[in-house]
Amino acid sequence: MFRSKAFSLLKLIPLMPGQSNLAYKYIHPAIASHGHRCHRRSMDYRQGYKTCPRSAEGQTISTPQTKVMAEEELPGVLILDIGGTHGVLENLAPLLKKHFRLITMKEFLENKKEMSKKIQSVFVFECRPTVDRELLESLPNLKVIGNSGVGVDHLDLKMISNFGVKVTNTPHAVADSTADIGMALMLASARRLVEGCQIAVSPDTKCFAVDWLGVEVTRATLGIVGMGSIGYKVAQRARAFNMRILYHNRNRRRKEEEEAVGAHYCEKMEDLLQQSDFVMLVVNLTPETHKLIGKKELGLMKPTATLINISRGAVIDQDALVEALQNKVIRAAALDVTYPEPLPRDHPLLKLNNIIITPHIGTATVQAIRMMAEEAIANMLAVLNGQPIPSEVFPK
Amino acid sequence: MEVQELPYVLIDCIGGRYGVYEDHAEFLKKHFHLITMKEYLENKKFLSKKIRAIYMWYHKPVIKEELLQSLPNLKIVASSGVGIDHLDLNLLSRYGVKVSNTPFVVSTDTADLGMALMLASSRRLVEGYQIAVSPDTEYFPADWLGAEVSGATLGIVGMGTIGYKVAERAKAFEMKILYHNRNQRNTEEESAVGAIYCKKIDDLLQQSDFVLLSVKLTPQTHQLIGKRELELMKPTATLINISRGLVVDQDALVEALQNKVIKAAALDVTYPEPLPRDHPLLKLKNVIITPHIGSATKKTRRLMMENMVESIHAGLRGLPIPNEVLL
Repeated sequence: MFRSKAFSLLKLIPLMPGQSNLAYKYIHPAIASHGHRCHRRSMDYRQGYKTCPRSAEGQTISTPQTKVMAEEELPGVLILDIGGTHGVLENLAPLLKKHFRLITMKEFLENKKEMSKKIQSVFVFECRPTVDRELLESLPNLKVIGNSGVGVDHLDLKMISNFGVKVTNTPHAVADSTADIGMALMLASARRLVEGCQIAVSPDTKCFAVDWLGVEVTRATLGIVGMGSIGYKVAQRARAFNMRILYHNRNRRRKEEEEAVGAHYCEKMEDLLQQSDFVMLVVNLTPETHKLIGKKELGLMKPTATLINISRGAVIDQDALVEALQNKVIRAAALDVTYPEPLPRDHPLLKLNNIIITPHIGTATVQAIRMMAEEAIANMLAVLNGQPIPSEVFPK
Repeated sequence: MEVQELPYVLIDCIGGRYGVYEDHAEFLKKHFHLITMKEYLENKKFLSKKIRAIYMWYHKPVIKEELLQSLPNLKIVASSGVGIDHLDLNLLSRYGVKVSNTPFVVSTDTADLGMALMLASSRRLVEGYQIAVSPDTEYFPADWLGAEVSGATLGIVGMGTIGYKVAERAKAFEMKILYHNRNQRNTEEESAVGAIYCKKIDDLLQQSDFVLLSVKLTPQTHQLIGKRELELMKPTATLINISRGLVVDQDALVEALQNKVIKAAALDVTYPEPLPRDHPLLKLKNVIITPHIGSATKKTRRLMMENMVESIHAGLRGLPIPNEVLL
């Protein structure tokens, strides 16, 4: 699978001084053909991709050198912090330090004059640091914003582009873990797992009632709204549960891709909503998908259906969702994402008993966090080294 | 058919938390003259000779020798679910009473629940939910992580119908699948799910990130997983039990979880059910327990009921009984 293939590539490609080979594993054709839908536009670079990096000063690849660069010579990367409540996880810092000089916001603000010139990249981890106009104006040598994660709705792409700065994300690293969370939420909701746990441990429980039932997942109909990399991996998993799979997407997938997972295209989202027992939202957040699911859409869903959201909170009209759940217009919801996160503590969604909410843990695994950092680093280095960029994100 | 001609079938009760479901009873009444335990006890003299079958829904009514002695025309006991460890098969056989269960209809739901438990445990779903709704939550911590299911190694102990369906599902998550079973499955079955046979359970235990128990409870599988087996497991491994509580030595499990010998456990079954409210398993942070809901879906319970009706009809007509449980 993806991970093991990537690491074996890493061993084969010799290092040039000051260059990283991490970028290569994300755009090698073997990886691309593994079924990942790489961001379309960045794949165009594949045609111009050479098998050897540009050599500097006549040095050949046959004599790999692994000289450790002095810290000051490394390009500066701005991060919020290391550790703490919102900082980059401590065990990721060594990964970054291999290729960059780490500069925290605190260090930057204490010494703007000197630091601002050194910063060539910003590593955005869990949406921080905030990239606003003021920051962009104070970083004259900034080349790239490397986002950890695939969603970039927290970044003003147009504004950043106007400063001549590139933005990259990490579509490969997030796909498996996010698809897994989608499946976890669907199963947990259908089988009333959280409620069940509460009953199992409650001090009041004397006997387990036999008339306590959930709904089936196997052979039910799953409607996937947004069939990108993550949506497709959800379909692959759902197929093993003999689910009937419908999908709605901006573009229809190729026949072979549809057949591989037994997915039926619904050009009109309404058709998908009316037929599905489970509706899973796997779109990215754009002006077009903002409040994609509102009162009308919820009304079209079956009263026995469950809505699962692993995309962004703002894809759903939350007030309409509250009403729909209160009035049993739909059976239940399972949300990994809300707007805002966390919800205000008095929000009605927190009081309903036909809803599960998780604290945006779609990529909260040891493996995914590491892979996202690696993918972000590879992207940032590609930009700084003038190499093909695996996952660049462009403004519309 | 007139009511008098329908066979008399004993049930525990209708409705409430433990009885036959009301909508099922409607269907049953088209096939049988249902007699509740209450009605039976009130009119033993007349009813005892009439009753020819027992419809045992979730272990009720309890069948003791006394009951068998007073039902001279009892031909068959149809038991709901696949487990029959609650029945004394020898006793029933001595009285010439046949037994049926509902093995296949529960398989997909139980396999689904096995997957649900594995995902929920690995991704810390229940804990996460508590954080998401807690009145004290001000922000979501960044350093709060679970472990990936995709690409991990799953060891299935007991590769019967349910175990195999778990393997089918796990394959789609690109899991590496090991299995241990009394008998090795054939090559086509193994390659269809990419499962590797471990003749010795030790090999499976040592290599698995998730160990899933889907054996049936027999004298041989009683406390199959004890202190020794738990110590063979990786300290990062999770134990999932969708078989029977007694397959695990519960005291050894408590100790293993307390001392982080294994990472976590996810149990749909315990011994007894429910556990006493002061049991240490209820207090451990690294355990999730569900109230034996492996087959708890509307559709499956309905199918179970229909299967039981078929078995009773066959048993009363002297025909081969679908899902008969043989000694």
